[in-house]
Amino acid sequence: MTPKRKRLWLVVGSLAVLGFAATLVLTALNDNIVFFYSPTQIAEKNIPPERRFRMGGLVEAGSVTKSADGQVTSFKVTDTHKTVAVVYRGLLPDLFREGQGVIAEGSLGADGVFLAREILAKHDENYMPSEVAKAIKEAGQWKERK
Amino acid sequence: MVAELGHFALILALAVALVQGTLPLLGAARGDIRLMDLGRTAALAQALLVIVAFGALTQAYVTSDFSVANVVANSHSAKPMLYKVSGVWGNHEGSMLLWALILALFGAAVAVFGASLPDTLRARVLAIQALIGVGFLAFLLFTSNPFERISPPPLDGNGLNPLLQDPGLAFHPPLLYLGYVGFSVTYAFGIAALLEGRVDAAWARWVRPWTLAAWCFLTLGIALGSWWAYYILGWGGFWFWDPVENASLMPWLAGTALLHSAIVVEKRDALKSWTVLLAILAFSLSLLGTFLVRSGVLTSVHAFAQDPARGMFILAFLLLVTGGGLALYAWRAPQLQGGGLFQPISREGALILNNLLLCTLAATVLLGTLYPLFLDLLTGNKVSVGPPFFNATFVPICAPLFAALCVGPYLSWKRAELWPALQRLRLAFIAAVVAAIVAATAIDSRATLAALAFGFGVWLIVGSLLEFGQRLVRTGFRLPPRSALGMTIAHAGLGVVVLGAVATSAWNTELIKTMKPGDTASFAGFNVKLDRIENLQGPNYIAERATLSLSIGGRPYTVMTPERRLFTVQRRQVAETSIHTNLLRDIYATLGEGEAQNGWVIRLYYNPLAPWIWLGAALCALGGFVSLSDRRLRIGAPSRTRAVAQPAE
Repeated sequence: MTPKRKRLWLVVGSLAVLGFAATLVLTALNDNIVFFYSPTQIAEKNIPPERRFRMGGLVEAGSVTKSADGQVTSFKVTDTHKTVAVVYRGLLPDLFREGQGVIAEGSLGADGVFLAREILAKHDENYMPSEVAKAIKEAGQWKERK
Repeated sequence: MVAELGHFALILALAVALVQGTLPLLGAARGDIRLMDLGRTAALAQALLVIVAFGALTQAYVTSDFSVANVVANSHSAKPMLYKVSGVWGNHEGSMLLWALILALFGAAVAVFGASLPDTLRARVLAIQALIGVGFLAFLLFTSNPFERISPPPLDGNGLNPLLQDPGLAFHPPLLYLGYVGFSVTYAFGIAALLEGRVDAAWARWVRPWTLAAWCFLTLGIALGSWWAYYILGWGGFWFWDPVENASLMPWLAGTALLHSAIVVEKRDALKSWTVLLAILAFSLSLLGTFLVRSGVLTSVHAFAQDPARGMFILAFLLLVTGGGLALYAWRAPQLQGGGLFQPISREGALILNNLLLCTLAATVLLGTLYPLFLDLLTGNKVSVGPPFFNATFVPICAPLFAALCVGPYLSWKRAELWPALQRLRLAFIAAVVAAIVAATAIDSRATLAALAFGFGVWLIVGSLLEFGQRLVRTGFRLPPRSALGMTIAHAGLGVVVLGAVATSAWNTELIKTMKPGDTASFAGFNVKLDRIENLQGPNYIAERATLSLSIGGRPYTVMTPERRLFTVQRRQVAETSIHTNLLRDIYATLGEGEAQNGWVIRLYYNPLAPWIWLGAALCALGGFVSLSDRRLRIGAPSRTRAVAQPAE
């Protein structure tokens, strides 16, 4: 086989693999991107129920209640401007605390309550998820913490 | 005093690195042997100085010297000794110092073991290695000085993040860094080869041990991190497609590709410029991983430092290393002479397919990891790309890779026949199909894809062993070279990982139940009874411990004791899982919050084949080490005659 033919083979093969990968990536990105909204954006955007997304903010102080069996937790998430009620069934991550930043993934119920499927844990309690920090900044309530 | 000594040693190391990064390059260009030899002495001196600096910081941690700001922020006098030591690298500054230490040690290793390298090549490799060192030492000194003092010193420190107070995580960063930084040697070899203008079989043989060593350590580091996440985060999962995990996976994929393409350079003198490109990319991806972790640009479970100045520094360094490397590559690579010709169906062809697929995998991970960042910059939309994306892209591309993996070793160099190779793999194919059918019918009839993936795992194991067995028969049971043995172990190990990952993700069962002492539940064929909940006192935490007794058909089986620890210094709770394993499955218990009135939330998982994930990864690394012990790969074993090794102009 001449070097030219060999190169042609290589190019054709590479293009086929890359095309395959690109198709996979594009379909996967279409279906599997999860958007992040702050409570204010949720109030403005009119997100259809059942659509999966992430939301985040601070867990409002004094809003956390548990069901009798301890498995269902209800709480409110605020960006200091708007507030969204959240219901979560399952074990909370170790760092879940009132007054702390939180990110929840799930969808809105018909009654406007956010049904969380997953509450994200962070390594560091002093860490504010950047999305949450931005949401609070946009609500105009950000105070630099030292 | 000791801290100042460490600081001073670090400054001296930077000065030495500057000398080592310039004069030997000059010497190599001029053919001045004295300037070239300076590189070896400087590399040893630099390593010694960084060891002193690292020792000084360790001393500050071990003796709890709270006049050092870094110790105050990350240590506490009541911490167990193991975590006082591992606390040295459990923070941003210390982990960067560890990085610099390993970099300097690799440089010294090249100086010591590279005696048979041509003078110019060794001088250039050491110089490039030193230039990388300059970047990291400057980064330490100017943005992240671990030796900063604090006045007046507080009585006690803030303690280490409780999640990091764990034996698994104590050794995860050093192993991971050995992998990341090991690729710096490959990078240095690649750049040096471009400067020399020649890449040949000898070069490939010199580079391969370093690549292999780095790859083994990276494999172990990733496996240890995944194991840690499995048992400490309490979610029962082993891989979360978190940006930080992806950051370590990308260099691993590129490194794996490099490992294989270097074989082609060594054996067939082909794929030269591609291999050099991979050497540049593997280290660039390592640096990118560091940038992602250290700058906090991505939301991740590892949210350590979030200092824009540090992020900018690493970004600039990343651009310099990658951009500089690629520019040099674009300029010099066309001069590299292409070697042996081959047919598409051949060992070379199979290794090219391997490289193509591995690089595509790395590109997919890169895209998924950086996409949220780009979208945020371009549109301001905040998105996250999670496991569904990676499952939908990564897994399908793995299928052809795994399918071809067993066939490759059967193909001969230059030209080969596909059909005879496939015929000899008949047994593996039958085993895989049977395994897939059994999985699809007997275990879980809904998870068809999982059954298929399970079949692939069996295919990998049986196919690799079959090739090895047939080779033994062919050679009259003479042990093949260690590199072939290593290949078989590593390939079969990959199959073991696949089986473990598939079984754990697809066929696990989970139970979440609120229980009071005395309550029972039935789970995965076991009868689970919560005997009691008690409070206990650890060295630096207080804990609630549940005692769960498991029995089968009335006979006691085992007792599990998950805990919830409250670390008193940080006021943080950490769940301590309890895992019972028999190497075929894990029973995994965590204790949630609760009180006497309503009971405690208990979470139980039954994870079939879960230990195989880490066992398989360990096998892969073992395969690498076995291959590394091959005589032909021993560093310095091959020698290019000195006369030829003049600067290529």
